This record gives sequence, structure tokens and C-alpha cells, in this order.
Amino acid sequence: MELAMAPETLARWQFGITTVYHFLFVPLTISLAALVAGLETAWVRTAKQKYLKATKFWGKLFLINIAMGVVTGIVQEFQFGMNWSAYSRFVGDVFGAPLAFEALIAFFFESTFIGLWIFGWDKLPKKIHCFCMWMVSIGTILSAYFILAANSWMQHPVGYKYNAANGRAELTDFWKVLTQDTTLVVVFHTLTAAFLTGAAFMVGIAAFHLMRKKHIKVMRTSLRLGLITLVISGILTAVSGDSLGKVMFKQQPMKMAAAEALWDKEEPAPFSVFAYGDVEKGHNTVAIEIPGLLSFLAHNDFRSPVPGINDVNKAEQQRFGPGDYRPNIPVAYWGFRWMIGFGMSSFAIGLAGLWLTRKKFWLAPGLRTGDDEPPHLALTKNKVLGARLSKWYWSLAFVTLGFPLIANSWGWIFTEMGRQPWAVYGVLRTSDAVSPGVSQGEVLTSMIVFTALYAILAVVEIKLLVKYIKAGPQELTDSDLNPPTKIGGDSTDADRPMAFSY
Amino acid sequence: MQLHDVWFVLIAVLWTGYFFLEGFDFGIGVHTKLLARDRQEKRVLINTIGPVWDGNEVWLISAAGATFAAFPDWYATLFSGFYLPLLLILVCLIVRGVAFEYRHKRTEERWQRNWENAIFWTSLLPAVLWGVVFGNIVHGVKIDAHKEYVGSVLDLLNPYAILGGLVTLTLFTFHGAVFASLKTTGDIRERARRLAAVLGALTLVPTVGFLGWTQADKGDAISLTAVIVVVAALVAALGANRLGREGWAFAFSGLAVVATVAMLFLTLFPNVMPSTLNESWSLTVGSASSSPYTLKIITWCAGFATPLVMLYQGWTYWVFRKRIGTQHIADAH
Repeated sequence: MELAMAPETLARWQFGITTVYHFLFVPLTISLAALVAGLETAWVRTAKQKYLKATKFWGKLFLINIAMGVVTGIVQEFQFGMNWSAYSRFVGDVFGAPLAFEALIAFFFESTFIGLWIFGWDKLPKKIHCFCMWMVSIGTILSAYFILAANSWMQHPVGYKYNAANGRAELTDFWKVLTQDTTLVVVFHTLTAAFLTGAAFMVGIAAFHLMRKKHIKVMRTSLRLGLITLVISGILTAVSGDSLGKVMFKQQPMKMAAAEALWDKEEPAPFSVFAYGDVEKGHNTVAIEIPGLLSFLAHNDFRSPVPGINDVNKAEQQRFGPGDYRPNIPVAYWGFRWMIGFGMSSFAIGLAGLWLTRKKFWLAPGLRTGDDEPPHLALTKNKVLGARLSKWYWSLAFVTLGFPLIANSWGWIFTEMGRQPWAVYGVLRTSDAVSPGVSQGEVLTSMIVFTALYAILAVVEIKLLVKYIKAGPQELTDSDLNPPTKIGGDSTDADRPMAFSY
Repeated sequence: MQLHDVWFVLIAVLWTGYFFLEGFDFGIGVHTKLLARDRQEKRVLINTIGPVWDGNEVWLISAAGATFAAFPDWYATLFSGFYLPLLLILVCLIVRGVAFEYRHKRTEERWQRNWENAIFWTSLLPAVLWGVVFGNIVHGVKIDAHKEYVGSVLDLLNPYAILGGLVTLTLFTFHGAVFASLKTTGDIRERARRLAAVLGALTLVPTVGFLGWTQADKGDAISLTAVIVVVAALVAALGANRLGREGWAFAFSGLAVVATVAMLFLTLFPNVMPSTLNESWSLTVGSASSSPYTLKIITWCAGFATPLVMLYQGWTYWVFRKRIGTQHIADAH
């Protein structure tokens, strides 16, 4: 059988396709839920209409997005058993528990309260309606936490023992799985990156409307919220990424050596800016490097040694027996760089935007703008960007709104492919994890079906998003402005149409 | 009673919750063609489950997740063995969820019609397929000494399992019609009741056949009680429906679903996936379960979470308790 069509390869491709696709929607869902909840809270507290308009507008985009997140998430719950039955048997005792927690606690929360929120505009007093979105937000964050705890266990298995009698891993300390450093930093990094994603999305769309001088009140507020979130989450993503890197240098030195295409131990170790190498021979032919920086990333000083791919490979051969323990080096190397590059570009655009659109700080009084005009892009106290440059900034913010999505995808591709050849690091090889009873044809069928279906749905989803983004926030109706005062709705007019209906 | 027995019951509870709730969801989906006369009526039906279908579906996710955690071997054998039917169910659930959310988002005729067709087929197919899946689980399939399914997909399409598929299809469609009569107002409510009377009678035929077959094959006194409850509940639901007591009719059609699932799990126990090749290769609650420690942890979780879920999901139904009719459906937006 050709390697390219081996069931393991196909199953990995399928997992990659379905999971990366699913994770396009997850970070937007996590961040937009909280941002929409924040906007609705502002409406409840201040009664300013712009907040309600913003809540409804971003809420609509959020719903288009979460629909896809939910349905592609069901696949995740099934496909461990479908394509990875040997894995499921081996790890179910450990890995299943956080998944069960996720379903029983987080998914029910999310799905029930989202229904209340969508249909509840004329059924719930506004405080309770707003509370529902906060519940959705909590659900999304809990869900992330449990599934990342499960993934972290695959990266760094703790709190288990191997039971030779039935040949599987068994849980001994669930608390450890939930609170090990891998879990905590991965959750921190994933959540901050999620907010970076939602913030860049919000900033991009706000920029699109402000450039056209449309929907100014709502979009000014959105821009401000987005920019602040983008800058804070950008900083925290970098900080958490640094912590995660340090944890990974300890726990999976191979992954980090591959991320740097560092073939042999160096002391101090340089950070690679660009490398082109020969994987077979195990060296780089071209390399541009910053001296000492890798030592800092791994150990917080500029001198300590960092082991290379060849060193770790030898060490793992001694530990686990003969074999090749190197992941796909170009994918790890470039995945790592695309992740940082795309993510931090968004952060830089946000930082620039926050400065350019500041309200008062170091800004001549004449350049301050009111609530109903688009902000000037002020470079210094008295100097604003010209029309062309301003347009250029707004356009840049708009066209890069998807950058964090690319960064997230590469981050996951890097972290999962960097762990290969292991499914559970040091414990279970990916080649031992696939379903032995599932045929090549079956995996191929499902891969084609999912890929085709997902491609069609992507087109549908993007078209819908474009339609609703272009339309912008809608005018408020009387019933929007007069939410019910009691649960179940005020019984003034029994035949009044529902505020929202499918 | 050991913890893995408790978990067998809990997983039965999760599946029961799923079939009780998404049972009428699937039924409503089928009724968009069977009962609804025009687009406005389709929308009335879809909106009776609008706020709740997503939460209802999570009962399935929980059943799968809990099976993974409590019985890894059951999860692994079932999902890898029933690969293609589950793939089809997955595709249906994906399209169906998107269809509910996206159908109203554009006004073009073709767009709306396509999603409406999608809602019908993606409700009908899983309604059949779940019965086929459970028919095979209860009947037993070709499982080898390594706990792997070694049959083909055609083996899953045996007469017994297909009869099981007919049971879930008719039962869910009946349950859905009763739900429609409970949640709607106006002309469609009356027609839902009339349709329910026919569907209830129609449900009795495959149900009595399938459960009778199961009882003869594997039953005991307790499972016989469950069969009697199913039949009695269906008859009572028909009676209540005839008297116009829609709440009672729904309670009884729900009881029929609950008792049917209970009957299947009763005859399954202590197996979880019987092998037709060799009885000693069957997966049982003992041989397929997780370690006592894991079971203890997830028992705490389920013990705390499940009642809470029932509480807030129940509250949702209360918030949206009012009937809806065509007058409540606003124009497309």
C-alpha cells in the first residue's frame, strides 16, 4: 500500500481538515460571545441605543458563526471513535473524562442559553436576556478549558498509570490533568488568541464602515472596543506564548527544536529568522539567525544551551527504542513562524489603530471628534494622516481581519504535527492509534464527504457574513426598545409577531 | 450495584433524554412536508423547536462523551464499527443545524426551498438510522476477539434492524405530531391532531412487531413490563389526543419513547455490544468500562450536572410555553 493512502495518513488528514476547520469558528465564538455580552451589558446599564444596535449587529454575525462551530463540533465528538478506535480504547479512561465534563457542563450551558438569547428578545426582561449571553460566554470558556486539558494530556501525559493487564492508560489524578502547567498555559494562550481573533474581526469590520462614513456611532464604539481588546489580548497572547514555549522546551524539546530548525545543540542558541535545509542530511543550507535569542526563549537567559533535533532524536531512540522521532520539520518550522507572524501583525495593526484614533491624549482640541463623525487618524498632536494614508489604514485593518484565523490554524498544525510521531507524547504512537477495523475506502469516503460539505458550507457562510456585514446595524424597532418586564413576555397583544423567528 | 452498572443506567438516561427531545425535533422536521401546507406553516413548525433544538441535540453529544469516558471500548467498537451509518447521521446533523440557522437569512425562493428540503431529509434520515443503529446494538453484531467489528455495512441492514428504524421513524413522527398540536394554534393545530391519530395507529404496528421480536429473542419479565408500558402509553396517547388533551397526549407519546429505549437497554444489559460470533467476545459493562477511579469522578460530574441541566432546560420550555401560529411569524428579515 502506498504510504500516501495508508489509513493512518488518511485518518490524519481527515482529523486535520475537520479540526482546523472547526477551529476557524471556535475562537470567534469564544471572543464574540464575551464582546456581545459586554455590549449588551452596556446597553442595560446606560440605555444608549448605540449599544443595543451594536449588540444586535455583532450578535447576528456571532450567530452565523456559532452555527457552524456547533455542527462541526459534533464531528469531533464522534471521530475519535470512528477513525481512532485504538486510541480511544487506550486513552478513554483518561481522555474521556474531560470530554464528558465538557459535554455535561459546557455544551448544555452554551446551547440552552444561546436558544434563550436568540428567541428571548420579547420573552425575557433585558437583564435576564443579557445574563443569558454571559452564560453562553461562560459555556464557551469552560468548553475550551476541558478540551484543552484533554489535549494537554496528549502533549504531556500526567496523572495516569499504564495498566499492563488491559493494555491501557488509566487515570490516577484528575486534578493533575486539569491543573498541570501545560493545561494552564495552553488555556491562557488559546483564550488570549481567541480574543485577538474576535477583536481583529471587529476592528476590521468597523474600519470598513468608518472608511465609508456609515453607521458611525455604532462603529466608533465597536472600533474602540475592538482596538482595546486587540491590544490587550495581543500582549497577553505574546506573554502566554512565551510561557508555553518555555514549558514545551522542557516537555517536548523535539517540537521546539523543529520549530527552530535547530539541528544540533548550540550554546548559546540563536533564533532562526529564515532557514532552508536538507531534512535527510539533517542540516540547514541557508540560515539567518539572531544570536542568543532562542536560549532566552527557552530559559530566560542568553547563554544556556538548547538541544537540537539530532540530539533529541538520539535521546528518544535510547528512551523509546529504534526509530525516527522527528516530526515534519518544514511544517513545524514554518507553522511556528506563520503563527507568530500573522498573529502579531494583527496586534501591530491594532496598536497603530489605538494610537491613531485616540480620543484626547496628546491631541490638539481641534482634532477631537464627536460621537457622530469618524475619528481622525492623528499621527502626532497636530498632524493627521492624509486622505490616502487614512484610507490605506482602514483598508489594511479590513483586509487583515482574518489574519488571526490563519495564525490559529498554523498554531494548531504546528503543535499537533510537532508532536508526531506520537499521538500521546512518549506513550502512544499515532500509527498505533488508528481504527484497525475501518477500511481505507471508508476513511477516504468520509474524508471526501466532509471536505466537500465543509467547502460548500464555507461558501454559504462567507456569503452570509458578507451580506450582513455590508448591511450594517439595523434601525431599532419599538419592541427592541421596549423589552418585556416579565419572563415569558408581557401579555399585551396575544397575536404580536415574535421578535425573532427562524 | 457497581459503578459501571450505574453508568450503564446513566448512559441509558442520556440516550432516553436524547430520543425524547430530539425525537419530536425530528418529527417536526418531517412534518414540514407531511403536515405543513405552505411556507408560513413550515415556519410555525420550525419555530416551535427553534429555541430548544440545539440544547436537545447536546443530549447526543453527552451520550457519546459519557460513553467515551465510562465505556471506552463500547465507544470505540460502536463508532468505528458503525462507521458509514454514523457518517450519514453526522452529515445530516451538520446540514440540519445550519439549515435551521440560515434558512431565514436570505429571501430568495431557491435558497429557502433548498434549506427546507434539507430540514426534511436531515430529520427523516437520522430518525430511521438511529433505530437501525440501536437495532444492531441490541441484536448483536460480528465482533471479534479483539473487540473489533468485522462485519460489513450491509450486515447492519438486516430485517430486524430495519424494523427498528421503522419504529424510531414512526414513533418520532407521531411524537412530533403530538408536540405540534401542543405547541401551535389555529388550523395547523387541528390538523396536527388528526394526523397524530393516524400516525399513532401506524406506530403501533412496527413497534409491537419489533418489541415482540426483541422480547421473544432476549426478553424477561421486566422487559415484558416495558413492552406493555410502551403499548399502553401509545394507546393512552391516542386516547388523550382524541379527547383534545394535548398535554397528556404528549406526556404519553413521550412515555412511549422512554419505555422503548428502556426496553432496549434492559434486554441489552449486562452486555453493551453483544457479539454474534462468540458469546465470550461480547463487550459487557464489566469488560468495556473505565477504571473505578474514572467512573467515580464522572459520577460526581453527572450527579451534579444532569439535574441542573434538566432544571435550566426545563426553564427554557417554560419561557417559551406560549403556542405559536402563523400570525406570530414576522415577515422574512
